[in-house]
Amino acid sequence: MKKIKYLEITPENIYKNRRKFVKNLGLAAGSMFLGQNLITSANAKNEELKLTDYKYVTTYNNYYEFGTGKNHPVERSQKFKTKPWDLVIDGEVETPLTLSMEEVKLLFPSEERIYKLRCVEGWSMVIPWLGFPLNKILKKASPTSKAKFVKFTSVLDPDQMIGQRYPILDWPYKEGLRIDEAMHDLTILVTGLYGKELPNQNGSPLRLMVPWKYGFKSAKAIVNIKLVEKMPTSSWMKASPMEYGFYSNVNPRVDHPRWSQATERVIGESIISPRIPTTMFNGYGDEVASLYNGMDLKKYF
Amino acid sequence: MIRFFKPSVFILSIFPFLIICYKIFYNELGPEPVKEVTHFTGEWTLIFICLTLSMSPLKRLTNFAFWVKTRRMLGLFVFFYATLHLLTYIGIDYRFDWSQILDDVVKKKYIFIGFSAWLLLIPLAATSSQKMIKLLKQNWKKLHKLIYVIAIFGSLHYIWLSKSIFFKPLIYTSIIILLLLARIRFKKAS
Repeated sequence: MKKIKYLEITPENIYKNRRKFVKNLGLAAGSMFLGQNLITSANAKNEELKLTDYKYVTTYNNYYEFGTGKNHPVERSQKFKTKPWDLVIDGEVETPLTLSMEEVKLLFPSEERIYKLRCVEGWSMVIPWLGFPLNKILKKASPTSKAKFVKFTSVLDPDQMIGQRYPILDWPYKEGLRIDEAMHDLTILVTGLYGKELPNQNGSPLRLMVPWKYGFKSAKAIVNIKLVEKMPTSSWMKASPMEYGFYSNVNPRVDHPRWSQATERVIGESIISPRIPTTMFNGYGDEVASLYNGMDLKKYF
Repeated sequence: MIRFFKPSVFILSIFPFLIICYKIFYNELGPEPVKEVTHFTGEWTLIFICLTLSMSPLKRLTNFAFWVKTRRMLGLFVFFYATLHLLTYIGIDYRFDWSQILDDVVKKKYIFIGFSAWLLLIPLAATSSQKMIKLLKQNWKKLHKLIYVIAIFGSLHYIWLSKSIFFKPLIYTSIIILLLLARIRFKKAS
């Protein structure tokens, strides 16, 4: 299986020849998911999709553990210790696991996946992630029939994370997915980006990436994955239940109470570039819309 | 002294505007240029609101009259930066897409209150001349008390648009509340 590395499709090349890029991207997506019948629709349909500069991906972050400014994570996380790191998978499982990051990387080799990240604040980036499907690690722990939801808990370390010394959110950061969302092949655990190890400011050593949901669903620096029977309450749901629902699927028709979700800004574009329309499920509708058949997405936002 | 003081305040006040022009011209606005310009002009509006509100407490503390003499100019800079802020939102961010803008004003409370604050600034800017002061007499003072309402609207605008009150919205709101409280005390004392 040929793997197209980000180096073969750097932004510089894209600027020079966008058409060629689109072809390459299609090839990348195709070869990546060969045999899995998984060509991400956002990649296939959206001809404008181009990688966001590494510089912006790694300097413009929301990671409130290190402060609420976009520049705070990169400035304040460089000394953050990610070694040693243990990941615990427990709850409603046959075999609870405790894995070191070295074991995680050994057992679950990462592959490159180019996903669009849509922030609830109304901006988006396109990032070449390195990761592996979450379902691989979940299957290893064998969820029981009681496992209806998955709860993710990020690390609690106020000594190293200055933001956690203030009641910005209910620390540690908690997020959740329904079991079928967690088992979906598009849902990945991320270990790197742009062919490199995951920078601290992007959630090193291990973060979630659910491309059809707003960015805050993708918890960073995860230490615990717990399979549970009842729907977990995420930190954002607790902070403001009217604004942040459990599902938080990207949906241009359901506005956040305070800002519109109909359009988004593309990170790295110039001051004169217009907003672009936001697409349902962030462009991954073909793959994930069936998960929500018959659900009123205005009610379950 | 007032002769040099006022022009220096003017030059200092125009500085943020020059900085943002430089950043636009040399493309130094970072990953989200429109948001950068919007936040920059918005934050300077709040700073000038705080500065304007500090003048009469400063006069009472120091007994120098020139504080109050610069107050009007600072107030006009509030209007200047607020207008740039509004124009950035309407012209650059939403490209005069009036239906979308109207939708925002009606549905989004932070836009609604921000826009209301800007509307309230208009009569204050329009009546800032010496002529108008004489014309309106006692009513002028009453009218210009609107700045207190505008200051509160401004801080609410910031709180409501932020995902969390920590830390900048909290800082500006605290300063504005302190400056407003300072007035209540002074009145009782005098």
